[in-house]
Amino acid sequence: MSGTLVELEAACPAGARPAGEADRVDGVDVELVAYPRSAPEVAAALAVAARHALAVVARGAGTKLDWGYPPERAGLVLDLSHMSGVIEYTSDDLVVRVKAGTPLSDLAERLSGAGQRLAIDEVVPGSTAGGAVATGACGPLRHAYGAVRDRVLGMTVVRPDGVVARAGSKVVKNVAGYDLAKLFTGSYGTLGVLTELIFKLAPLPAARLFVSAPYPGTAEVGPVLSALLRSQAAPEALELSRTLPDGRVELCALVEGRQGPAEARAATVAAALSGGEVSPSAPSWWGCLPGPVTVKLTTVLSAIPDLAAQASEACAALGLTGTLRGSAGVGVLYLGLPAETERGAIATLLAELRRAVTAAEGHATLLRAPAATKAGLDIWGPVPGLELMHRVKERFDPGRLLAPGRFVGGI
Amino acid sequence: MTDPVELATYECDGLTNFRARPAVAVLARSAEEVETTVRVCARLGVPFVARGSGTGLSGGAVPVSDGVLVVTAKMRSVLSVRPDDRRAVVEPGVTNIDVSRAAAPYGLFYAPDPSSQQVCSVGGNVAENSGGAHCLKYGFTTNHVTGLEVVTPEGERVELGGMAPDTPGYDLVGAFVGSEGTLGVATRVTVRLLPLPEAVQTMLAAFADMDSAGRAVSAVIAAGLVPSAIEMMDALAISAVEKAVRCGYPAGAGAVLIVELDGPRGEVEPGLAEARRICEEEGAFEVRVAAGDAERAAIWRGRKAAFAAMGRLSPSYIVQDGVVPRSSLAEVLHDVAALSEQAGIKVANVFHAGDGNLHPLVLFDDQAEGEEPRAEELAEAILGLCIARGGSVTGEHGVGLHKLAAMEKMFSADDLATMLLLRSAFDPDGICNPGKAVPAPRLCGEPPRPRHGAHPLQEAGVGEIF
Ligand SMILES: Cc1cc2nc3c(=O)[nH]c(=O)nc-3n(C[C@H](O)[C@H](O)[C@H](O)COP(=O)(O)OP(=O)(O)OC[C@H]3O[C@@H](n4cnc5c(N)ncnc54)[C@H](O)[C@@H]3O)c2cc1C
Repeated sequence: MSGTLVELEAACPAGARPAGEADRVDGVDVELVAYPRSAPEVAAALAVAARHALAVVARGAGTKLDWGYPPERAGLVLDLSHMSGVIEYTSDDLVVRVKAGTPLSDLAERLSGAGQRLAIDEVVPGSTAGGAVATGACGPLRHAYGAVRDRVLGMTVVRPDGVVARAGSKVVKNVAGYDLAKLFTGSYGTLGVLTELIFKLAPLPAARLFVSAPYPGTAEVGPVLSALLRSQAAPEALELSRTLPDGRVELCALVEGRQGPAEARAATVAAALSGGEVSPSAPSWWGCLPGPVTVKLTTVLSAIPDLAAQASEACAALGLTGTLRGSAGVGVLYLGLPAETERGAIATLLAELRRAVTAAEGHATLLRAPAATKAGLDIWGPVPGLELMHRVKERFDPGRLLAPGRFVGGI
Repeated sequence: MTDPVELATYECDGLTNFRARPAVAVLARSAEEVETTVRVCARLGVPFVARGSGTGLSGGAVPVSDGVLVVTAKMRSVLSVRPDDRRAVVEPGVTNIDVSRAAAPYGLFYAPDPSSQQVCSVGGNVAENSGGAHCLKYGFTTNHVTGLEVVTPEGERVELGGMAPDTPGYDLVGAFVGSEGTLGVATRVTVRLLPLPEAVQTMLAAFADMDSAGRAVSAVIAAGLVPSAIEMMDALAISAVEKAVRCGYPAGAGAVLIVELDGPRGEVEPGLAEARRICEEEGAFEVRVAAGDAERAAIWRGRKAAFAAMGRLSPSYIVQDGVVPRSSLAEVLHDVAALSEQAGIKVANVFHAGDGNLHPLVLFDDQAEGEEPRAEELAEAILGLCIARGGSVTGEHGVGLHKLAAMEKMFSADDLATMLLLRSAFDPDGICNPGKAVPAPRLCGEPPRPRHGAHPLQEAGVGEIF
């Protein structure tokens, strides 16, 4: 082992060390941690890992290492905290290029100085840009600004074989070659290590208004949602939150724009919500991913009320308490459950929810849960195109060096 | 179809300089027929090429000589419009405009609107990741497709993505869109629909020169305005359209901008006023705001007629397509003008200024000795300007056959090899639109594989990748 460490220290002069308890990846022991500062150093570290058959997990702030399955092996953690900072920012272009380990909050601060933002919500506090892209994690703003995949213009990745490749570019319009940035976004670190990211930015609005209204149950929400989606008030985000099993349903719409017009639009939204309250500040739950155990549900828009009702019933039947929350205008809901929720109950719930989402033409995945809970559970559910995904993995990472077993179908 | 005369129709796409005649063209009427055709190709190892409406501008749909052409243009059904889910499901041969037509009764529309939308197919749009005049605000095809049914190059019919967002697994829809028909044939497409905006406002601003118009574009973007479109035309382009359609743009303009905003009325009106103020600050000497649909159409008429009008200026022309950062527009236009002067070849500019997507029209006389190669050189040099500024060699027309060499300038060999890993995952036998979109390394006969050290042939001193 010490020989490997010496090699790693040579690959990553800023630091490499034996791993400790805190470095475990979702319950899996880690042998070594290295701190690369650049793509070539990542490549050098990967070469060491390949030579010594160590599986590699890239880590930003480590806030989402428990998403997906625990890796089968995790000999080496590549900690990207030394790869932080803005590389290039031309505010007039509304484009920024950052190192992958940059915390989203640092980036937000830098951008706000120029009246701009990333328009990707930090749904797990402490997240880095690389982590958000690797998992595709985003929140309420996706309603108007799109998901993470829609905000990424380009990236630099290091392939498991050490080749450093660039995809996309720093201009907002580009169809040259395959859009590999889409493939890497949401790939959970199983295809390559992201080292640089280029994002499209959005201006910060002058006014932000939140319009909230409570409803006794999901039956009342259906007509309101469809009226709102049809209205010309076009809110920038539309979130739903409910304490399960049978709390009231809160809807909250975000209206952003110029001061006067935003107020007028907020009033229209308030009317559509049949008596919503307008506030300049967000409800406490806004943009927070419920958990710590989290099931992600996706659905067509028209099935949101039914799915919310079915989630409530399923929780009630199992005697579970939790929180259902998500983007009602997009078709993504998250069901958060307490840490101590029993494995058997989660398994039954997941089966129930899979039945429900089939009718809603969506998917139910167990986004995060303690490793012991996930063991033996089908956390991803059915995956269309899985065969092709295996082939993609096989081409990029034939030695299964990167986070083996973490992703769909054991990828 | 195998009749040589009939097949001649399918020899090329919208870029007529590349031609090849297929052995067979299959006019598929259903996904099953596409599947059967591709299966046969896969079994026999015969290369095939998908074709929609053939309006592509990079030679993407040019057949492989003596291969099979799978034409999806007859698959023209809008399968469903689901207003409550804001989705439509269509066959690949449906024209772009027909999606919005089908959605209109519900107050919805399909956002990507390439200028060829009356003719081009959704399948072609998916393959090219097409944008349109309004992609500045709405994005491209990739931002509006949630699901695909695809016949893979091995003849398997698979679903990718779906009706709901965030299908688990790799984003293969994202990988397929923009892959220029090299990863399979799309046989069904699920698209997002959006509510028609409440208000649309359009303004024409005339400037003395391109510099000030270019600066105005950068300033509008920098101010945080998000117009749905900002289009620009220079004096030469204006003179051509005046001759062709008499659109009555302000006399003496060295450049005009068309700026359009849409959305909630309360946001659009002050937004337009701000854009107007910026244009005036940057030196616009006349600004016209369209009072209604008729005036809006009049403003757009010149822009829409621009390409067709070039015939009035020159017997032949090359349409270039490249992208630069928006903050460098004025400088780059300067450089283009300088290159044009040096070469003694005129360049007219008509383009999507808001996203920095240049479409310089390089004008030449194909009868004049030596002009064509000089024009090609100039068009090439303009792409060089784009690459030098970190831009792209194509913003919307794709690589096809036309831009393979340019790809090698924009991307490193490693970048390209990485793209080929994706291709070989979908098409291990290399029979699906071979030789397009991503240049293959010249060291042939080796399927792309991850690299471990130097290539064995290099090590043996037998071959060099160049
Ligand atoms: C006058 C004019 C204006 C234009 N304006 C614009 C514009 O504003 N924006 C823009 O982006 N483009 C524009 N284009 C380019 C062109 O219209 C687009 O690229 C369009 O998407 C091509 O569609 P098509 O059906 O004609 O495809 P084709 O030309 O038939 O094919 C294009 C590519 O798509 C592949 N393909 C076609 N069907 C399928 C399928 N079902 N599955 C898989 N692959 C398939 C082909 O193999 C080929 O590689 C314009 C072209 C013209 C002639």
